[in-house]
Amino acid sequence: MSNIPTDLRYTNSHEWVRDNGDGTVTVGITDHAQEQLGDLVFVETPEIGNTVEAGDACAVVESVKAASDIYAPLSGEIIETNAALTDEPELVNSDAFGEGWIYQIRMEDEDALTQLLDAEAYEAVAAEE
Amino acid sequence: MPFIPHTENDIRDMLQAIGANEIDDLFDEIPADLRSGELKTIPSAMSEMAVDRLMRDRAARDGRPLNFIGAGAYEHYIPSAVWQVATRGEYYTAYTPYQAEASQGTLQLIYEYQSMMTGLTGMEVSNASLYDGASSLAEAVLMAVRANRKSKSRKILMPTTVHPAYRATTHAIVHTQDIELVEVPFNPASGRIDPASLNQWEGEDITALVIPQPNFFGVLEDVDALTAWAEARGIIVIAVVNPLSLALLKPPGEWGESGADIVCGEGQPLGAPLSSGGPYYGLMCSKMKYARQMPGRIVGRTVDADGKPGFVLTLQAREQHIRRSKATSNICTNQGLVVTASTIHMALMGPEGLRRVASHSWRNIHELLKQLNEAGIETAFNSDSFHEVVIRVGKPAEEVLERMAESGVLGGYALSRDYADMDDAILICATETKTPEDLERYVAVLRDSL
Repeated sequence: MSNIPTDLRYTNSHEWVRDNGDGTVTVGITDHAQEQLGDLVFVETPEIGNTVEAGDACAVVESVKAASDIYAPLSGEIIETNAALTDEPELVNSDAFGEGWIYQIRMEDEDALTQLLDAEAYEAVAAEE
Repeated sequence: MPFIPHTENDIRDMLQAIGANEIDDLFDEIPADLRSGELKTIPSAMSEMAVDRLMRDRAARDGRPLNFIGAGAYEHYIPSAVWQVATRGEYYTAYTPYQAEASQGTLQLIYEYQSMMTGLTGMEVSNASLYDGASSLAEAVLMAVRANRKSKSRKILMPTTVHPAYRATTHAIVHTQDIELVEVPFNPASGRIDPASLNQWEGEDITALVIPQPNFFGVLEDVDALTAWAEARGIIVIAVVNPLSLALLKPPGEWGESGADIVCGEGQPLGAPLSSGGPYYGLMCSKMKYARQMPGRIVGRTVDADGKPGFVLTLQAREQHIRRSKATSNICTNQGLVVTASTIHMALMGPEGLRRVASHSWRNIHELLKQLNEAGIETAFNSDSFHEVVIRVGKPAEEVLERMAESGVLGGYALSRDYADMDDAILICATETKTPEDLERYVAVLRDSL
């Protein structure tokens, strides 16, 4: 089983969410997701300033064999995107939970964080596939 | 092995395997009232000989009229070599192949086509073609909605100087997708859009502006001012062009400050015969930053594991076999054969040949217009044109055109079909195919028909 840090929250659709402690979160895709996709060739990040609802498709990761939507894990405003991914989409493969982060959201409602999966629950989701 | 892959026995075995009695059972899911049944207006089968006779009789009925109708489909001379080469066995297929990379010759031809299109339009990337000019505009609108991620309105400014059939097709394709086409009227004196008139949308969220060049009246729009207006407001610019005119006119890639974002149009003037309206092909080019939003196939040049050059279908992750319902369009094939002929046509003519055809056409319509003006017939608009002009004959245009046709001259297109207050307006086209005698005959026949 791939690496699943216990300090993060997760979604059924394989996004991870890091609480930055200031009302914002950082979002990426899990190590398991990048393994399934294979080598990434392009990441389409969301538009900074756009507001998203939980569950909205707001970014796309494209690998040599597939293109997949990335869903907003919770509602809020996109405040930052990872510009490094424009030239180095492979950062998502090499460091999914670190340098491969995709965007940051200012949360509309911080309680939404507690609705997301913890590491243990996500491990079960990933194991089922 | 039989030539027909499914024999009666095969079909029976397959039906048995899935528990169906006959092929009709496979359609049970479709409610009976939605099934067409027997098509009453389709006649029963005819022999090849009878069809041949029928088509010859019908063709003879058309006669050999002298044609001055343009309105989106243009009569140009196509050198014999073009279709001689295009119908060689190696090229003669309507499809981009499914095992694409096994057909390097076809891929190279499409790659050359794309290179020619980007050269003509001044854009960074071209796809491998679409169905026709009208659907290429609809696809361009859908692409603009995907590409303009700052805009939420899905509102498109659509000038009424865009070809009426293109507008109708675009409406049919996009209206169920919550996209609004907002009409931009033209100035009745100039026959084109007043750039200042766009200010009525100042401050509104607009996704894209469509700019035709030349427009449906043959008139040249003020493309720089229109493009600059859109650029300053983050609005995507969709250019609808006649590719032949680009041999003379400023390419869309150079309009305004940074050029049009998406270019579409009808490829027919580049090597496809009029042929009762088709098959033609649609062209589409864009800026590189929108390449992933582009519909259709794109051929790229690359090297293989041994470093040898080769051609591939690239950016396939946008396409339906990978992205399924999220694909940039459901176009899986294109007008391959027409594009093949068009590429050969462009290669044969070269940039200089295309420029000469375009300028000869420009000279012909302007010579005709001069003679018409001398005969007291008025021009409808006081603007510059490419190879079509609108005249006012002071009588119902449809009736005048009917009388002209009786004398063997197709005198143009009656604009009353699409525009109010234009009952006496005729859109005329004269391409390089017209001789000085043809132009004189036009003027004489028109005068007799008034």
